[in-house]
Amino acid sequence: MKLRHISYIAIAAIGFASCEPEFDNPVEDGGYFDQGSADFTTYVALGNSLTAGYADGALYIRGQENSFPNILAQQFMQVGGGEFTQPLMNDNLGGLLLGGNQIAAPRLKLTLVEGSPSPVPVDGTPTTEVTNTLSGGFNNMGVPGAKSFHLLAPGYGNVAGVQTGQANPYFVRFRSAENTTVLEDAVAQNPTFFSLWIGNNDVLSYATSGGIGVDQTGNFDPSTYGPNDITDPNVFGGAYTQIVDGMISAGASSGVVLNIPDVASTAFFNTVPTQPISPADLEGQLATLNGTYAQLNQAFAFLGVPERSIQFSESGPSGLVVKDESLPDMSAQLTAVLTGAGVPPAQAQIFGQQYGQARQTIYEPELVTPSDTSDDADRTDYEDLILLTTSSVIGVVNEDRVATLVGMGVPQAEAAQLSINGITYPLEDQYVLIKAEQDEVAAATTAYNQTIKAITDANNLAFVDANALLDQLANGGLSLEDGTFLTSEFATGGAFSLDGIHLTPRGYAFIANEIIKAIELKYEAEIPNVNVGQYSEGPALY
Amino acid sequence: MKKLFFMISLLMVSAITYAGGYRVSTQGQRALAMGHAGVAVVNSAELAFFNPAGLIHLENKINVSVGATAVMANAKWQNTSTGQFAETDGILKTPFYIGFSYKLNEKLALGLSVTTPYGSTVKWPTDWAGSHLVNEIELSAVFIQPLVSYKINDLISLGAGPIYATGSVTFNRNLNRTLTDEEGNRSNVDLEAKGANGFGWSASAMITPMEKLKIGINYRSEITMKAEDGDATFRNVPNSPLAPVENGTVGFTAELPMPAELSIGFSYEFMDKWLVAVDYNRNFWSAYESLDIDFAPEDYPDSSNPRNYEDSSIYRLGLQYQAMDKLFLRAGYYFDQSPVQSGYYAPETPRNDSQGYTGGFTYQINQKFAVDAAFTYLHFKEITESYDYYQENGQNVPFEGTYKSNAVLVGLGVTYKL
Repeated sequence: MKLRHISYIAIAAIGFASCEPEFDNPVEDGGYFDQGSADFTTYVALGNSLTAGYADGALYIRGQENSFPNILAQQFMQVGGGEFTQPLMNDNLGGLLLGGNQIAAPRLKLTLVEGSPSPVPVDGTPTTEVTNTLSGGFNNMGVPGAKSFHLLAPGYGNVAGVQTGQANPYFVRFRSAENTTVLEDAVAQNPTFFSLWIGNNDVLSYATSGGIGVDQTGNFDPSTYGPNDITDPNVFGGAYTQIVDGMISAGASSGVVLNIPDVASTAFFNTVPTQPISPADLEGQLATLNGTYAQLNQAFAFLGVPERSIQFSESGPSGLVVKDESLPDMSAQLTAVLTGAGVPPAQAQIFGQQYGQARQTIYEPELVTPSDTSDDADRTDYEDLILLTTSSVIGVVNEDRVATLVGMGVPQAEAAQLSINGITYPLEDQYVLIKAEQDEVAAATTAYNQTIKAITDANNLAFVDANALLDQLANGGLSLEDGTFLTSEFATGGAFSLDGIHLTPRGYAFIANEIIKAIELKYEAEIPNVNVGQYSEGPALY
Repeated sequence: MKKLFFMISLLMVSAITYAGGYRVSTQGQRALAMGHAGVAVVNSAELAFFNPAGLIHLENKINVSVGATAVMANAKWQNTSTGQFAETDGILKTPFYIGFSYKLNEKLALGLSVTTPYGSTVKWPTDWAGSHLVNEIELSAVFIQPLVSYKINDLISLGAGPIYATGSVTFNRNLNRTLTDEEGNRSNVDLEAKGANGFGWSASAMITPMEKLKIGINYRSEITMKAEDGDATFRNVPNSPLAPVENGTVGFTAELPMPAELSIGFSYEFMDKWLVAVDYNRNFWSAYESLDIDFAPEDYPDSSNPRNYEDSSIYRLGLQYQAMDKLFLRAGYYFDQSPVQSGYYAPETPRNDSQGYTGGFTYQINQKFAVDAAFTYLHFKEITESYDYYQENGQNVPFEGTYKSNAVLVGLGVTYKL
């Protein structure tokens, strides 16, 4: 009797143990999600560094794994998406070698430098050799540095053109043939779905170079453009149309496009304040400096340009001394006035030359009238944008300038005093994006975005307003559905990587989620969302 | 007796898991088979736990009840927004109990209770979506209590005794949602505390207004388990001056309450062979406000994890039927209210309101020995919940999902009387 009961217990136990909890509607079993009218079988991503997964100033494996197209592709796998391949770099350092010579530097990491967190290059030498061309088509065709018209340029992947700027080393790594185009290689994969985020570099390279290039609006021949020029909106529009048409006729009946964010909403342009100099920075020199500038300011006033006056505040932040090439050059007049006021001719000469187009960077939010309720009302229209990379030169003695001054007979010590970047020596064009340059960038961006929207609507594609999203990140930040909070704050905001332009894994995951929303809307699909919080927001620490 | 002690020592090897919060209701097979109702049932030395005031009512001079329960608990999680899912590794745990009484005279009995009323074992896949909250946890506590049972008169008897509790906890979670080392391994911390202990007491009364009706009341105090010299081992932390902590082991202190419990119930014998028992338990879970871990190094960020449990109730109903001379059959049901408030549903204890369906029997082998068995199926409704109080950079980032749990308990025990 007893034994029989125990065997019943054993049978019952086995029966119970197999009784696992089951959801009414398990996501695990598939069929929970729905592709709608889109077809994700073969997804090809076209674009630039933002599509490639570039981050922290370089392209490297971990960044590529967290590229938004790769994140998207993983979600697509639950709604019929196929394999997604990327032209992975050789290491996690980033940077490139061409014939053994380094042509692109490794990425950045954040570490403590003299007690404060600073981005520094990682140790090591790049191991990715451009000429080791990878074989096979790649779903992620993002090419760092590419502008709109580059995707149509034959030979953009020909190693012979890398040194002259006619080719792109990143495309050389994975193009199918020397004279192919990016679009041709994309089309050859018979895409069923595509993403296109191109055009950023058509304005961005101009902006990140501090506007040293040329605004080519009106010039319809992109082969005459320099690397830091702004692309003519018609050239952009023509290229964009050709790319979209090419993908659609290749069979990609569904797709998503993203527009171009305003460069001013990136951490690269809003990290260093317009007035970065504090009284403490000038300790002991403030009175001398203001005394010297007082003489100059009198001359400015005499010449009818008092707005060019330079003065460092004893209590609050002050602007940088910059050279504004949009101002009339008053070197000769300045020298003459100073000489007339009794300044020794040699010194008057140098002052005239040095400050002929000088002024102090300004930040005047009060100039925005209360009635201005546009989206940009909180970002002053009268603000110089200081580049992130400029932070490392501010207050540093400009040795080139010292040498020039010494060559002109100025004693070494005095020459050094007159050569402090942004304090005594006006920062040159490449360090500051002045208002006039910002206007050029903004005009081109607006024109591109109008074109993108029109082409999107004409072809009935899904659309992501990346411009609006990044603007929100820069103006107050965004709280995501899962509580994750993102801002464009450099290094701590969670969205921007250490180069201030490209995104963190979390930033890219955020973009991927916005793309999913747009696709769901356009194609009546139900795609698993990205768990954005699971992607790293912190700056690279190693 | 030698055989018996051998069995006890085997059972001691492993002790753990189960019910609302981390309360594990398996302190007697006879009671468990009747929905774990036993505060007013005079049946065996299981009373040492359920109501020591009843021990004096046991007919024999010496009474022993020992038993252990195999607990197989499973939980699944899914997030229908992201399509992510996970399930816990089924780990078999065996909470046990020992009840003993010795009648000195008709008025006074001494007793001993050794039980594992609290514990939890949950193992999610390492680095799963909720790994910043828990990868795995194993919590166990043994309550040891000497007892006195005293009969004032035929109507009322009283029982009481001090409790010494000793336990251990191991807990692993990732440091946050994303941090990894250079190789991409998630940074995590292992907390291990052995020899955590605390003291408490219980007191009870049994009233017998008529021969077939008994009323019982039992109160067990809260016991705060203090871990004074735990080891926290950090792993896979990136080698950087900006990392929040360093790899290696540091000390920590923490406290975990084993909340007070009040039980009230009655039992009634009818139609010769039947007995019905009804219990009400009130668990004072509001003592569990927050799980705070204080790491020894001053510059290490301490971990505060709000729990804000609420007091909760359990309603128990059991029936016993004497089918044959030597065979008693039992069945029961209980409803176990979860102490977890909405928004505080953490995956370390994936338990919402549950319903227990129980059954079992006793077979009296001879005058002295009986075998007791109990089966329980614990059913949890599917629930969509979240834990909202995990913070990242000062922002609450909820962990959400749908949970579905169940548990199967199979228990065996022996009752001995002399």
